[in-house]
Amino acid sequence: MADINTINKDFADLFNQGNELLLEGSSDVMNETRKNAFQDFSKLGVPTRANENYKYTNLIPAFDHPYNVNLKYQNVDVDLNEIFQCDVPELDTNMVLLTNGWYYGNNKELTELPKGVIVCGVQEAAEKYPEIFNAHYGKYAKTDEDGIVALNTSLAKDGFFIYVPKGVVIEKPIQVVNLLRSDRDLMATQRNLIVVEENAQAKIIVCDHTLTHHKYLTNSVTEVNVARNAIFDLYTLQNQHLNSVILNSTYIRQESNSNVLSNTISLYGGTIRNNHHVILDEEHCENNTFGMYLMDRDQHVDNFTSIDHAKPNCLSNEHFKGVMDDQASGAFAGRIFVRRDAQQTQAYQSNNNLLLSNDAVINTKPQLVIDADDVKCSHGATVGQMDEDALFYLRARGIDEKEARQMLMFAFAHEIIEKIRVEPLKERIDELVDKRLRGEISKCNTCAIACNH
Amino acid sequence: MLSIKNLHVSIEGKDILKGINLDVKPGEVHAIMGPNGAGKSTLASVLAGRDLYNVTEGEVIFQGKDLLDMEPEDRAKEGIFLGFQYPIEIPGVSTVNFMKTAVNEHRKYKGLDPLSASDFLKLMREKKSLVEIDSKLTNRSVNEGFSGGEKKKNEIFQMAMLEPKLAVLDETDSGLDIDALRVVANGVNKLKTRDNATIVITHYQRLLDYIVPDVVHVLYNGRIVKTAGKELALELEEKGYDWIKEENGK
Ligand SMILES: Nc1ncnc2c1ncn2[C@@H]1O[C@H](COP(=O)(O)OP(=O)(O)OP(=O)(O)O)[C@@H](O)[C@H]1O
Ligand SMILES: [Mg+2]
Repeated sequence: MADINTINKDFADLFNQGNELLLEGSSDVMNETRKNAFQDFSKLGVPTRANENYKYTNLIPAFDHPYNVNLKYQNVDVDLNEIFQCDVPELDTNMVLLTNGWYYGNNKELTELPKGVIVCGVQEAAEKYPEIFNAHYGKYAKTDEDGIVALNTSLAKDGFFIYVPKGVVIEKPIQVVNLLRSDRDLMATQRNLIVVEENAQAKIIVCDHTLTHHKYLTNSVTEVNVARNAIFDLYTLQNQHLNSVILNSTYIRQESNSNVLSNTISLYGGTIRNNHHVILDEEHCENNTFGMYLMDRDQHVDNFTSIDHAKPNCLSNEHFKGVMDDQASGAFAGRIFVRRDAQQTQAYQSNNNLLLSNDAVINTKPQLVIDADDVKCSHGATVGQMDEDALFYLRARGIDEKEARQMLMFAFAHEIIEKIRVEPLKERIDELVDKRLRGEISKCNTCAIACNH
Repeated sequence: MLSIKNLHVSIEGKDILKGINLDVKPGEVHAIMGPNGAGKSTLASVLAGRDLYNVTEGEVIFQGKDLLDMEPEDRAKEGIFLGFQYPIEIPGVSTVNFMKTAVNEHRKYKGLDPLSASDFLKLMREKKSLVEIDSKLTNRSVNEGFSGGEKKKNEIFQMAMLEPKLAVLDETDSGLDIDALRVVANGVNKLKTRDNATIVITHYQRLLDYIVPDVVHVLYNGRIVKTAGKELALELEEKGYDWIKEENGK
């Protein structure tokens, strides 16, 4: 087994030897950011468990594998639009596809988007819309704090870019489907940027769809800036096969009176690490950060979150729930910072876990750093088994044990699903979670939203 | 219909029921009274199949079948209904979904097709009016945030939905105001037929003014120490349990 130094050295070699390809097609701003990020990566490396923030997730086995890396867009030999159709009638979305982290070159034109809305690849955005792109790219993701974010920024070439201009309300959600399709094991680097301008409203659904059984490591970073009075939802559905590694870092910055809701639902994936960072950078923001994980077998999930109340009068609600079965393992870290002048802050956090087996483990750790005095904060974490009294109550009415357990698990998870602000998506997820808890979604090649292909 | 013979039950090594004998015939109403901690709820729970308790001796035959051999859900489908002394709150499980699942499980057991959505709603409506339970309650999660009295009413509502052969009502009257008591008792009486039976566990004679028992038992220290007609309830109301305790050497 390779040690961490070998892994880091391999990336340094990749960066140096592939430099020409890395620079090619990327804008100057991207390449400048890349250069600095690589310096950070050289210092930080891939985080190991010695790093307090990665104490519960061992990334060495995830990285210790001969992945292929595409530093150039690879033409797809089939029409992905043909292969992949999300024809769930109730869930009407503006859908775009990504292939192995790259914006698909043959995406259908989104004809129903309001005027001024841009949905395209990051490379294209850097070139065509530099004034928007340069104002935000690399501004929120912290390459000096996390080695995998530094690595992503060093290798970043493409991903999706979404721009919602001032005052524009997009009714239909935008759905981004990450297709993983390769004939070899693959490491995909994906770099996304979402810019929501003043008074704008948008909902984005990001889901995964693995089309082949190869081992994948996805290292993605998404930066989001939500301007004044804007309302933004981000739903992430993680559903990859058990042989995959998902590293997903999201950085959200909010301006005054903005309202953001994110919901990260982890259904399947071998190893999942979500870094979710929010900064409430102006007053009167509302942030809702929700998440749910349903893990069994040897799966591992680690939700690492931080909510930074940098300015006064903001509200944050954070709630993660998990159901852990078999030998699954997981961690939740919830950091809340309330900076010195962030008076009148309200910050609430909870993490509840249901352990279905004796071998499942979860480490949950709230961490509140409060430097202001006029604040309302609460946090709570629970780890428990199925409520036997409730189970008996249901059975005493004639409901068989399996169904009764199912009802209770579903009820537990539903509290998070309920927070979804897109009605048809909520119904979809309800169905999906019900199926997932019944063990009916166990094969890898299913799209999270149960699209046909 | 129900025949309990020499039932011994313990929990965590402690003997709680020490040889219960009880026979209930179709159409009968039995009242079980007795001081706190006597074992009344234990008996009720054992009949419903709670596995917390160990049956160390004895047998329970229900309609010719060995009840102790069955899972709780099968006992329910055979027609046993336990009205809980402390109904459980189950956030996130809607009352409608809960009842629909339960009713259809019962139907499946009888070889019937599940009810259509509209037939089910009709049934709900009918039974709701029987126990005068508000839709505001049945639209919520099971018992979530219900008052003590509302929870008890909800038990009778569920009983009405499931139409059991033998209902064991564990202190269904406690926590009910006078009006609710009447409503609940009326509900129980309306559900009564010649073929079903009821065991009411209670501390108070007043319930028995409405649900008139054929037989009253006193359960004390894990045994049925006295069995008589309904006048026994009046006597207990008047004299308390001391004379029972004395008669039984404590
Ligand atoms: N889960 C348990 N663990 C330990 N002891 C128990 C448990 N359940 C019941 N007991 C004990 O068994 C005895 C009988 O309890 P039970 O609840 O059956 O009494 P009861 O007659 O229903 O009383 P009440 O009138 O107060 O409802 C009591 O001493 C009680 O403490
Ligand atoms: Mg009791």
